[in-house]
Amino acid sequence: MRLQDILQETYTALSANKARSSLTILGIVIGIGSVIAMISIGQGASGQIQSSIEGLGSNLLTVMPGFIQPGRGFVSAGRGSSQTLKNEDTDALKHITGIAAISPELQRRFQITSTIGNNTNSTVIGISPEYARVRNVEVAQGSFIAENHVTSMGRVAVLGPTVAEDLFGEENALGKTIRINKINFKVVGVLQTKGSAGFFNPDDTVFVPLSTMQKILAGSDFISTIAISVDSKNLMPQVQEEATLSLAQKHRVDPQSPDFSIVSQADILGTLTQVTNTFTIFLASIAGISLIVGGIGIMNMMLTIVTERTREIGLRKAVGAKKHDISTQFLTEAIMLTFAGGIIGVALGWLLALAVSRFAGLATQVSLQAVLLAFGVSAAIGIIFGYYPARRAAALHPIEALRYE
Amino acid sequence: MAARAVEPSWRTKGMIECKDIAKIYQSGEIETVAIKDITFTIKDGEFVAIIGPSGSGKSTLMHILGCLDIPTRGTYLLDSHDVSQLSDNELAEIRNRKIGFVFQSFNLLPRATVLRNVTLPLVYASASQHEREKAAVSALHASAFPEKFWHHYPNQLSGGMMQRVAIARALVNNPSLLLADEPTGNLDTKTGEIVLDTFQRLHMEQGHTIILITHELYVAEHAERIIQIRDGNIVSDSPVKNRRIANNHH
Repeated sequence: MRLQDILQETYTALSANKARSSLTILGIVIGIGSVIAMISIGQGASGQIQSSIEGLGSNLLTVMPGFIQPGRGFVSAGRGSSQTLKNEDTDALKHITGIAAISPELQRRFQITSTIGNNTNSTVIGISPEYARVRNVEVAQGSFIAENHVTSMGRVAVLGPTVAEDLFGEENALGKTIRINKINFKVVGVLQTKGSAGFFNPDDTVFVPLSTMQKILAGSDFISTIAISVDSKNLMPQVQEEATLSLAQKHRVDPQSPDFSIVSQADILGTLTQVTNTFTIFLASIAGISLIVGGIGIMNMMLTIVTERTREIGLRKAVGAKKHDISTQFLTEAIMLTFAGGIIGVALGWLLALAVSRFAGLATQVSLQAVLLAFGVSAAIGIIFGYYPARRAAALHPIEALRYE
Repeated sequence: MAARAVEPSWRTKGMIECKDIAKIYQSGEIETVAIKDITFTIKDGEFVAIIGPSGSGKSTLMHILGCLDIPTRGTYLLDSHDVSQLSDNELAEIRNRKIGFVFQSFNLLPRATVLRNVTLPLVYASASQHEREKAAVSALHASAFPEKFWHHYPNQLSGGMMQRVAIARALVNNPSLLLADEPTGNLDTKTGEIVLDTFQRLHMEQGHTIILITHELYVAEHAERIIQIRDGNIVSDSPVKNRRIANNHH
């Protein structure tokens, strides 16, 4: 039997009962469509996380108090639960080669009020001038925190654009006075909009000099984070190791279980990617269940078709069809059904992904791998669920099949 | 498998030799003997009717002659090839090349045109499109099927027309043997006559070997020789004395 004949038989058979064929492939369409949509949402989320982590600053190492258990990830580190980092730690890191800039930071939340009566609760970070370089922030108006502000414990503040708008609305915040924890600060600068980056939104933040934060606002000599900008990506593991050794020596602790931890972007990215991947697999597996249900639908229809066409199978055998001719014909029908379902499903999933990114604002990404996977899976379902009915058709005895009423 | 070259003259050839053929069905402990050691020969170009009441074993004999089944013992030579102990797939190939079936209930594919129905055996012979068309045209002419209906579907045809499509399908692979199982059973007398006329012309004008299985003596008398079967045995085998000639209504 030629391929052309098989395809023609399949087309004739499937188009003879269009309604039933379409209803049967609906299961596959929904299954493949939801798998594609889920994978694209997951991959879109990974892509978005990656770009926002990179937006936090390039080649960034973050020193945090508290030890992160290996394998538990930084999310469970209990940030701020212990306070072990001090200003001197910054000096201990300075001699390490490959470090471009070091930014010690102390972060708290305070109620902030403006002179015109608005108030907001925001993150206030005490910083040194290096912050701008390490964290990739730029000033839109005015200037950033300068060295003399830190040394003189100046009561000045730089506002993130969201805070500036919350406090002063359309008015220009520059030169105005705000009250943080009932202490007056003069606004010397407003940052450019940067957008949220994962768990941290630099736009909704107020920056003050580190010394002012420590002595006046927080009343604490500790710092919450030291951000280190490394010269190049290749130097990161080396700098991370040296920094760990230097700080461990300074704190007089075992470098294997120090009282601080140094996390690179790769670590953060790795953890978040792991989370989104797990999520993607989870969603795709749920969608995959509907594929199996769809496959059972295909098998059910194929068994019905074999029964309906028993006499036809008998006739085909009588005029010379061999077992494999019959099984190939029915298997091709099943594969055609699932394959058609796969094509429509991919289109549906794609549309779904577009709709999600348009109306729900989630980034989505339909990858070639996901599409190929969908086609592979739909063809495999055709083979798996079409095999048994095809075998049954092929095994029919011509005499009994011809007699079948 | 390549199709054999289609010969211009639609002449079946070959000879059937059955020697001590028996078919025994076994279900559990009980043995049912359907055919008891039958021996007969049908010569090239003969038109033979096998007649017998239901349960006589004539269907079983037809299945064996049509290579749809194999005998429990004995030898069956078709075209001087022993086909009595072949596998399912080998039998399928023999049926495809050497046997043309005509059934009581036509057994046409409802979703295929007349032409496609006729070429079906050639699909399984993997013949080229050109060979198929050529063979189908000759076969349709041989069964006197009018050309204007060639692209119709079976449900648009009368019973007699459908049976002639089935005859054309049986002829398309240039078989050694044309095997007709109650071909007039589903037809009224008048259309039955037309079909019997077709068989007689195929036999007389083109020399096909035809075996006609029936339970009606009237139908059997259109053949040249009648083999009568009862209880799995041949009870008589004789030429038809007053052979009937079918009325030609077309």
